[in-house]
Amino acid sequence: MTAPTRIDKRFAALKQEGRSGFVAYVSAGDPDHDTSLEIIRGLPKAGADVIELGMPFTDPMADGPAIQASGLRALRAGANMNKTLDLVRGFRSGDDDTPIVLMGYYNPIYVYGVDRFLADAKQAGVDGLIIVDLPPEEDSELCLPALEAGLNFIRLATPTTDDKRLPAVLKNTSGFVYYVSMTGVTGTKDVNTDHVTGAVARLRSHSDLPVAVGFGIKTPDQVRAVGAAANAAVVGSALVSKIAETLTEDGRPTPKTVPESLAFAAELAAGVRT
Amino acid sequence: MVQSDLQNSLRVGPDEEGHFGIYGGRYVAETLMPLILDLEKAYADAKEDPAFKAEMDSFLTHYVGRPSPLYFAERLTEHLGGAKIYFKRDELNHTGAHKINNCLGQILLARAMGKKRIIAETGAGQHGVATATVAARFGFPCVIFMGETDIERQKPNVFRMRLLGAEVRSVTSGSRTLKDAMNEALRDWVTNVEDTFYIIGTVAGPHPYPMLVRDFQSVIGEEVRKQMQAAEGRLPDTLVACIGGGSNAMGLFHPFLDDDSVQIHGVEAAGLGIDTGKHAASLTGGTPGVLHGNRTYLLHDDDGQITEAHSISAGLDYPGIGPEHAWLKDNGRVSYYAATDDEALEAFQMSCRLEGIIPALEPSHALAHVIKIAPDLPKDHIICMNMCGRGDKDIFTVAEALGVSL
Repeated sequence: MTAPTRIDKRFAALKQEGRSGFVAYVSAGDPDHDTSLEIIRGLPKAGADVIELGMPFTDPMADGPAIQASGLRALRAGANMNKTLDLVRGFRSGDDDTPIVLMGYYNPIYVYGVDRFLADAKQAGVDGLIIVDLPPEEDSELCLPALEAGLNFIRLATPTTDDKRLPAVLKNTSGFVYYVSMTGVTGTKDVNTDHVTGAVARLRSHSDLPVAVGFGIKTPDQVRAVGAAANAAVVGSALVSKIAETLTEDGRPTPKTVPESLAFAAELAAGVRT
Repeated sequence: MVQSDLQNSLRVGPDEEGHFGIYGGRYVAETLMPLILDLEKAYADAKEDPAFKAEMDSFLTHYVGRPSPLYFAERLTEHLGGAKIYFKRDELNHTGAHKINNCLGQILLARAMGKKRIIAETGAGQHGVATATVAARFGFPCVIFMGETDIERQKPNVFRMRLLGAEVRSVTSGSRTLKDAMNEALRDWVTNVEDTFYIIGTVAGPHPYPMLVRDFQSVIGEEVRKQMQAAEGRLPDTLVACIGGGSNAMGLFHPFLDDDSVQIHGVEAAGLGIDTGKHAASLTGGTPGVLHGNRTYLLHDDDGQITEAHSISAGLDYPGIGPEHAWLKDNGRVSYYAATDDEALEAFQMSCRLEGIIPALEPSHALAHVIKIAPDLPKDHIICMNMCGRGDKDIFTVAEALGVSL
């Protein structure tokens, strides 16, 4: 095995603290590069234990309207893979502890070139990858090379992943397991915490990895409830919707964008601290 | 077939993981993966089940109207003065295109799998109409996803779908055309995965779709083999079909892939011209990438962002193509060409005036290619072109392009 990543260290530290983690998702470059960097830099202080940075893609098949819109805002403002990695570098220059997970779809990585991407991501300070459209059946594409390169490959487990399939899903997963709390796209329905409690117990019977839960978590109370059941709660759509609320009509940032987004992140983060 | 022949055959793909060479595969969200594996199993079972085949054949005969005729286009042949041109008349099928062949197969699978609800994406609306048709016939509620732009330019088909009881959902994300309709259908599927069957309309998407759609469409080429034997006592020399996702083409081509004497030409939509960037020719003007569950040739930029396709024909307006076509391009078995909007419009009018057949704008692209190659070929050279759809739905688009107000 390779050396522990920032993700491994962060979940070990959370265990020591005796609390669950808060994972904050934003799209890289939303609403523009500089504002995005300011938001990301402010997230740890606001209480994000892990940052999930979306790699914008024109055709995000598993995302609902909020994250679709956020990715398109970023693309319109000139986001691309090089700039996403620049954001990570910019963040790392001031924070060497908070884990960064890149989340997105495979095509931009495939076009960038898998080997080049893994080398550049590792060098920039990325710790893990969540690639929605790479199930275990396609592990040789990116998962195995990523593990080889010392990055965590975080797999999504879903309500349709039954006990027979779960071992295959968990096999090459590292860092943590991301449980998708519902069948659906991001940011639509509300999380059902009873279902989550049962699902997390099922995952833990198959794996020692920490379990983060996402999809449908929008409020501090939901963060608290999911945090009580799992090792971390992920909020994405609600956070990028908050960013959207602060923008001008044509999608440009205002003086409210950074402080209000971070204030909302802090409210959510309080859910795992009280 | 002896073992060495089998290894040399181009007709045995995909492999167990759904790959045609490096293309194909199963690039989908985990939520869908168990369902895709179920579908693969259901299809394998259906292929072994004589009752499935018997029911399929019965519906193809009595409901779709197969076999579709193989027609000698005599006046077009005389006009072009070269090769002898045949049309495979799949535009005469019930619902007016080849799409119904596949929809019938998939709805029988949906029923066998105990699904309760049907969804589909559509571009020109032909696949949507065919899906709404079989959903009505088999008693399934049905939702069709269609880009807002396509709804505007294909109004007659939208109304047809509604008459057939389907809900047509307007897709306003992205470029508001076929690829976005497919994204939205995938989002619906992920949300309603337990009870919903997604009838994909072309030879694309995650394995096993490219394989099963091809198999259901192969009835086209199988009929042509028999009909050409009856008409000419031999196989055709050249096959021509238009390609958006590539299902009518794959249906015509696949039964002939191992016949070395048969040249095979696929024709993509060159839109305003390949060099303008406003086209839908993924093979001619694209590079390999991963979208909608499979690796294939795509129109995308150097950051892997999908670019918008353009074609006068909504049914060809897709930035990808079936993975088996990608493989057949790379190994050289099929030659791929492109025809522009203007060339398709000219071919459309030529077919109307010389043959009394109003073709859809999709096969008008195939015809445009035939018009280019036929004059230089000898008179005993036989071309078979798939007339895969009829043009009633396109008359408004054509009127606008010709500057006629209706």
